[in-house]
Amino acid sequence: MSETYRRVADEHTPFRDLVPNTQPDNNAPEYGSTHKRHPKQPGLRTPQTVTEIAGPRFSPSHYPAVIDLSRSGGHEAMGERIVVHGRVLDEDGRPVPDTMVEIWQANAAGRYNHPNDVHDAPLDPHFKGEGRVFTDAGGWYQFTTIKPGAYPWRNHFNAWRPNHIHYSLFGPGFATRLITQMYFPGDPLLALDPIFNTVADEHARARLIAKFDIEVTRPEWALGYRFDFVLRGRDTTIVQE
Amino acid sequence: MPIATSFQTIGPYWALIEHPEMADLTRFGAAGENVVLSGRMTDGDGAPVADAAIELWQASPAASETFPGWGRCACDRDGRFRFTTLKPGPLPGPGNAQQAPHVALTIFARGILTRLVTRAYFDGEPLNDADPILGLVEDPARRATLIARPDGPGAWRIDIRLQGESETVFMEF
Ligand SMILES: [Fe+2]
Repeated sequence: MSETYRRVADEHTPFRDLVPNTQPDNNAPEYGSTHKRHPKQPGLRTPQTVTEIAGPRFSPSHYPAVIDLSRSGGHEAMGERIVVHGRVLDEDGRPVPDTMVEIWQANAAGRYNHPNDVHDAPLDPHFKGEGRVFTDAGGWYQFTTIKPGAYPWRNHFNAWRPNHIHYSLFGPGFATRLITQMYFPGDPLLALDPIFNTVADEHARARLIAKFDIEVTRPEWALGYRFDFVLRGRDTTIVQE
Repeated sequence: MPIATSFQTIGPYWALIEHPEMADLTRFGAAGENVVLSGRMTDGDGAPVADAAIELWQASPAASETFPGWGRCACDRDGRFRFTTLKPGPLPGPGNAQQAPHVALTIFARGILTRLVTRAYFDGEPLNDADPILGLVEDPARRATLIARPDGPGAWRIDIRLQGESETVFMEF
């Protein structure tokens, strides 16, 4: 008699643990702002309950999408127009559909549209730097923007952040929440950046760098980049059929 | 097998995605017992954390068209935050345990590379004593960092200390 087994997960199944070395340590001495902001006590390990396994849902009716950051008020922002697209998957390779992706970034000159940013670089009245997109049924997202500039940040002498776009994702549960940054290929500042290098694992770090994508590059219009996300997968159990 | 994408800090300029109305979880017309949950966030020097994002998530009452269950608030110059939401009810816990009413609070900020997650329970709730998560914190002084105190009618207060004396209990799961 043959026995078959099946991996089972549903919306009540907890999420898998994060993998050591693929996530930054909040105690990161090279990044000065961490010194007074990282907890000294070890985190309390807790089981995942409905609070951690369930999560908020967002719909474009309450949170309107903004898919083109390259224009504002009918005017074109300055800088190099780019298209960024990619896929949100879980650790089992399944698409994460209908999830909200928030985006924010500096303008082409490396200046944020934010009163605390005092970098001596021009603001662009036609670039706000905020976007919001939702993944489709296949987990795909896409937006148009301006390539952000590098900017100085005073962490150490001559410190410059590599070009980057900030991202916020939610996924299916509270445990899958993710905030991260997307970097650009070939940036010489990456090797020098204490924030990028807080990820110890080389392969995990490399996955924070977008890839140039000729397939979404639009002739006579904009270069394309691809950036995929992986959110925590469910901790499947194996049952006998 | 792919592995979950790495976190990076939210940084100092996340307010580009800030919308103050997100701190009011009742704004879509939710009906229930309104509560205000406010507090102040400080760092290892006791200085206000003026550029943090704090997010509130609660699985009870269940999210609906009129109640998102989720909100976000920017700490002000003095490190203060304030949410308006609905009072949560009890929730099932591991095994047959029941969880006392609580909300989860997530902190993102410059100088925090991932996220810090804590919970706010409500002082005086009879279920607090048997709550399976509170029960994991043996030191009563540390457990107290997870309990919001009454702060006037329908109002509760919880302060968050990122580091040092009276450091808030942060959870990993
Ligand atoms: Fe940035």
